[in-house]
Amino acid sequence: MQLKTFAVSALAAAIMVGCASQQPAEPTKAKAKAAAPVAAKKAPPKVISGASGAMLASTCEGCHGTDGISDGPATPSIAGMSEDYLVEVMEEFRDGDTKSTVMGRVAKGYTEEEIVAMSAYYANIEYRGASQSADATKLAKGEQLHNKYCEKCHHEAGGDATDDSGILAGQWTPYLHYTMEDFINGDRDISRKMKKKLDQLLADEGHAGLDAVISYYGSQK
Amino acid sequence: MSTKHFNRRNFLKVSGGTLGAAAAGFSLYTPSASAAKARVVVVGGGMGGATAARYIKKGDPSIDVTLVEANPTYHSCFMSNFVVVGERKLDYLAHGYDGLKAEGINVVYDRVIGIDDNAVKTAGGKSLPFDRCVVSPGVGFKFIEGHSEEVANTTITHAWKAGKQTQIFHDQLAAMKDGGTVIIGAPRNPFRCPPGPYERTSLVAGYLKKHKPKSKVIVLDPKDKFSKFGLFTEGWRNHYGYGTDDSLITWVKGAEGGALEAVDADTMTVSAEIEEFTADVINIIPDQKAGAIAFTAGLVDDSGWCPVNLHTFESTLRKNIHVIGDASQAKGMPKSGYAASSEAKVCAAGIIALLNGHTPGSPAYVNTCYSVISFEPKDGISVAAIYKLRADGSKIQKMSGGLTPSGDKRNAANRAREVDYALSWYENITSNTFND
Repeated sequence: MQLKTFAVSALAAAIMVGCASQQPAEPTKAKAKAAAPVAAKKAPPKVISGASGAMLASTCEGCHGTDGISDGPATPSIAGMSEDYLVEVMEEFRDGDTKSTVMGRVAKGYTEEEIVAMSAYYANIEYRGASQSADATKLAKGEQLHNKYCEKCHHEAGGDATDDSGILAGQWTPYLHYTMEDFINGDRDISRKMKKKLDQLLADEGHAGLDAVISYYGSQK
Repeated sequence: MSTKHFNRRNFLKVSGGTLGAAAAGFSLYTPSASAAKARVVVVGGGMGGATAARYIKKGDPSIDVTLVEANPTYHSCFMSNFVVVGERKLDYLAHGYDGLKAEGINVVYDRVIGIDDNAVKTAGGKSLPFDRCVVSPGVGFKFIEGHSEEVANTTITHAWKAGKQTQIFHDQLAAMKDGGTVIIGAPRNPFRCPPGPYERTSLVAGYLKKHKPKSKVIVLDPKDKFSKFGLFTEGWRNHYGYGTDDSLITWVKGAEGGALEAVDADTMTVSAEIEEFTADVINIIPDQKAGAIAFTAGLVDDSGWCPVNLHTFESTLRKNIHVIGDASQAKGMPKSGYAASSEAKVCAAGIIALLNGHTPGSPAYVNTCYSVISFEPKDGISVAAIYKLRADGSKIQKMSGGLTPSGDKRNAANRAREVDYALSWYENITSNTFND
């Protein structure tokens, strides 16, 4: 009860703060200065900000599934990821560092605070993987390759949210294929370490190897 | 993890900490346990109504939520063009209400005939009491001379509410001879699903190209421009020879006499402003207005649509009654299924706050909408937008968003992906609405 009261007042404060601020997008300081003369001519309309994490998160659910658990094979589940990871991904979409279709257009509509609020919300919701299987030989191969090339960073068969990468276990395989394609084509930020391992995997095992690893992750709970 | 984000992240962790903790620690709303059980009746079980029912119950399980809908099976209007051209069967569009019942929502299959100040009246003789009512009636049609719901159910379909007519339209295309003519009549603004008539045109052209290549589709349109105009016409040029003598598509715009005046189902003739056209298959999407119950209930103004407070979607004409979806004047947002879902979530949050004696929190709105131009090769496009409410409540202001970019070659891979994203989108938006 006490917690609830605290939460209500904290939220109320957040809303009041939000209502007072008016901002479309988030200009950087330099941009804001440069835009000042234009803004003087026609001020952007004042808007109500400060929506709660849950309200903001509800805008994601039509595409990413109820409570962030996706029923669509080309779209990732976003529940249960680490807050850091979700914020990072949203920033990369917003800044154009990660190739996207709609996400780049969408991410620009939220402030930094809003991205943090919705990420914190989803980080606290339980992740559930999709139910997917593949033939046993392929999965065994995938597990072997995971252990050899990926396991050092993607702990627990890609099911650990605290390693600051996305949860891979139980993610839809069509989504994972698209994401790996983007990494390979340089359309998505990739760490030097991951690039090295990925190049090795592809050199040693080809795309069939990558496919086996993806199937392995997809089959995990 | 790149270092450029690192310091900023740590800074935000501190500065945004209070807000983050507040957001994460409890659900959307804070219902007071002691309050008497409040009652909400939702009229209409489409995208808006079903989502509102679900999110009210989800946000405050103590509220008694009843959904009234005439049909036990809902067919989504979005993706129904896939059924028209045989890419999917009608069942693909079908959704029931068992998932909502399982979450504790009362579902009543009945037709609403009136809304009193405190109760919804049904054709079946029920009186369903409410503290707040949500009306999500969808659209009604303004038929031209010679067209009516009866005619639409047999020969000249509109198929702008999916179901039986979607199937009839498909069957007519399948039965048509190679070398036939298909006419699609497009409506005036505003109407449900602004890109829909042009996705329909694209996919019908795709069907003809594959199965009946000597045939043509003619679009008769009272407008001179339409949603995703550049992307559609680019797609028509790329896939269907648009702009050449052999084009599968002819688009007759308003300035060239595209506005329809009458149709004759016996002679299969359409009278447009300047010319008459004869066709083998005719599909006319009529001009639109709010669904019938909105008129009966006094929720409509002179425009034919329902004025609302954009923060809670409460009607400005009647207290305690909220209107969402295509029928509402959600100024700034398009009339789409996804917009209806988003409006429903904002409305649900508002209703829960009001029923618990709180001030509604800050709203957040979104729309995403996919159109498929071609299945072979796969070519999909989208529009997405994030919105906030203007401080003076006058408009739902777009903060970001936009269309799929046109042009460059590298884009082809993205366009193919957008078809997969559209199909994925369908799975999520429908399960988010119906819990199925």
